[in-house]
Amino acid sequence: METKLVVSSSPHIRASQSIRSVMIDVLVALFPAALAGVIFFRWGGFLTIILGMLSAMVTEAIILRKKNIFGDGSAAVTGLLLALVLPPIVPWWLVVIGGAVAITIGKHVFGGIGNNIFNPALTARAILTLSWVGYMVHWVRPIDLATSATPLAGASTSFYNLFVGAIPGSLGETSAFALILGGGWLLYKGHIDWRIPGGYIGTVFVMGTLLKSSGNLAGMLSAGIFHVLAGGVMLGALFMATDMVTSPVTPRGKLIFGIGCGVMTMLIRLYGVFPEGVTFAILLMNAVTPLIDKLTMPRKYGEVTS
Amino acid sequence: MSFKTFKGGVHPGHFKSATEKKPVVPARPPTMVVIPMAQHIGAPCEPLVAVGDEVRMGQKIGDSKGFVSAPVHASVSGKVVKIDKCNHALGRPVQAIYIESDGLDTWHEDVQPNHNYNDLTADELKKIIREKGIVGMGGATFPTHVKLSPPPDAKIDYVLINAAECEPYLTADHRAMLERPDEIIIGVQLVMKAVNAPKAYIGIEDNKLDAVEIMKKAAEGIAGIEVHALHTKYPQGAEKQLISVLTGREVPSGGLPSAVGCVVQNVGTCIAISDAVRFGKPLIVRNVTITGSAINEPKNMLVRVGTLIEEVIEQCGGFKPNIKKMVLGGPMMGLAQPGPENLPVIKGTSGILCLSEDEVQLQEIDNCIRCGKCVEACPVSIMPLFIGSSVEQGLYEKAEAYNAMDCIECGCCTYICPAKRPLVQWIRMAKGDIAAKRRK
Repeated sequence: METKLVVSSSPHIRASQSIRSVMIDVLVALFPAALAGVIFFRWGGFLTIILGMLSAMVTEAIILRKKNIFGDGSAAVTGLLLALVLPPIVPWWLVVIGGAVAITIGKHVFGGIGNNIFNPALTARAILTLSWVGYMVHWVRPIDLATSATPLAGASTSFYNLFVGAIPGSLGETSAFALILGGGWLLYKGHIDWRIPGGYIGTVFVMGTLLKSSGNLAGMLSAGIFHVLAGGVMLGALFMATDMVTSPVTPRGKLIFGIGCGVMTMLIRLYGVFPEGVTFAILLMNAVTPLIDKLTMPRKYGEVTS
Repeated sequence: MSFKTFKGGVHPGHFKSATEKKPVVPARPPTMVVIPMAQHIGAPCEPLVAVGDEVRMGQKIGDSKGFVSAPVHASVSGKVVKIDKCNHALGRPVQAIYIESDGLDTWHEDVQPNHNYNDLTADELKKIIREKGIVGMGGATFPTHVKLSPPPDAKIDYVLINAAECEPYLTADHRAMLERPDEIIIGVQLVMKAVNAPKAYIGIEDNKLDAVEIMKKAAEGIAGIEVHALHTKYPQGAEKQLISVLTGREVPSGGLPSAVGCVVQNVGTCIAISDAVRFGKPLIVRNVTITGSAINEPKNMLVRVGTLIEEVIEQCGGFKPNIKKMVLGGPMMGLAQPGPENLPVIKGTSGILCLSEDEVQLQEIDNCIRCGKCVEACPVSIMPLFIGSSVEQGLYEKAEAYNAMDCIECGCCTYICPAKRPLVQWIRMAKGDIAAKRRK
């Protein structure tokens, strides 16, 4: 009997990792931040998270005509990321529209997963901000949910509150502690490279310390730390700028990208009209990602330099 | 003990436990052997015998005038019954000499020991190595005498012995080191003499520390030979990577190891060289690891070249019913075969890997998510993702600009890709296309 076997080109074994498993790891990494958001901002926060994820997943399932709404998990990640960068108290329809916009305009008009130029969640956030600016700058205090300004807009707070996240701000951006926990997990799993968050946070700290800060060293340093912990830098640096699809793939490119995000964020914060600049900084750097990749091709093995 | 390593690479499971503790057992003498005329990279051989001829074991039965070629020899004594095509590991049927064994294994008169092998000159050594059909036994089967003949202006500082056996599953080299260390050392000394190199480094991955110990003992007191334990990472045994790891030198793009004063030989080849020079025996047997989840009794065997794979499989208890893929070589770079029929073991057959149905799943190809894991894993620092998408769009020139021709085809990119993209396969397509254009 002639044996009939599969013939294919090597390699014949594959790592078990898949897009789905990577996305599940990202969801796990975002869990602490999401949990912190629910603890601080209560049912409103919980509802925003659920609606954001559902809206993104259902939109993707419709576009791809697939019954399994979880699919490769990327829509769930986009939906969750969007929810985490929205203000804690927003109308339910805003969240639903945001999720749909992220998946359609942010992702599928470019050809679906892997082809989008801009981070889908941030694209949606930018569109929502420009369309319903009133809702998008409505900030509340944690727990009692009373309207309040954010620390970046001048509200006073302590470094302790900034670290644990007991401050007004977007749903998932306030707790540096929860974000570092999740970011550390992604670093450990090898899904993100230290260069992007390192370049980003490092630049924000240096610029925060040196620019527009008060005289003595302690004051300057605390201004630097403040800029790192306040607002969306932690969430942006660890989860948004590190989005695989829209950030460079070369090691040097990643560092340049991170530094670029930091510079743009601080220029907007210190010299722009908005108190916060993470969203637009990252979107802007997304646009130059292909260029960065092209200019930072690694030196190949045995390259003859003449 | 330093565990040296290189940039990039991946960590597949080792899968060596099934056979690493099993001593090499001689396979049953075959009743018939099939000796393909092409068992090496380079010009195929022409038969030197005709149907009906009596041949003896070790007799040269095929040769070629080309420099980049190696003769083939009878691995049994008996009668030539047929000269016809047989299946070949590379996928294309090739001409082969079918010899029916008389069961006596009478050696041919050309097989004579060299009692004074230490007095042989470099040129005499190279001549013997060519005449005895020695080729690289790690799998690439490049004729050894060619490797030992670097350009006259190249000075060879190092002989590097690839004993990494970085392919998962394979244990043939590991067992050779445990069982025949002294022959390996003699082979290394002969190679050093052939290329006039003062030093030799033997590189062994640190998942084989017993082999490191034994080889260290065997090399003790021998001037110039050092044994190094290397970090276990694929592709540690790739020529360029091994050179970087052991000497810190980098082979220039498009160049040969001799350009940086190195000659790399596989550990199994050293045993073949020792056999050829000391005893006059041509390369007619080799260690083969028969393993995988779809074989009943995984084994390391000493198999004669020309033995049909069917017979080898049968001596290992046969396939399990769930067999789905049979690979000659290791899982990262080996060649999948449609079946074991009329397919002989050749000089480069380091392993027969039998994979079961659940290990051979057809993977759906997704879009690239630009995770960059292939860039991280690539040991030659090219960008598989961009080459892959260029090939997908038929843009071979773009693939060339992304350094497709520097690819060593180790397969790390395809292995690691979470989108299951066949990156190295695409790069191979690009290389074929670019090479064809360059020839024009």
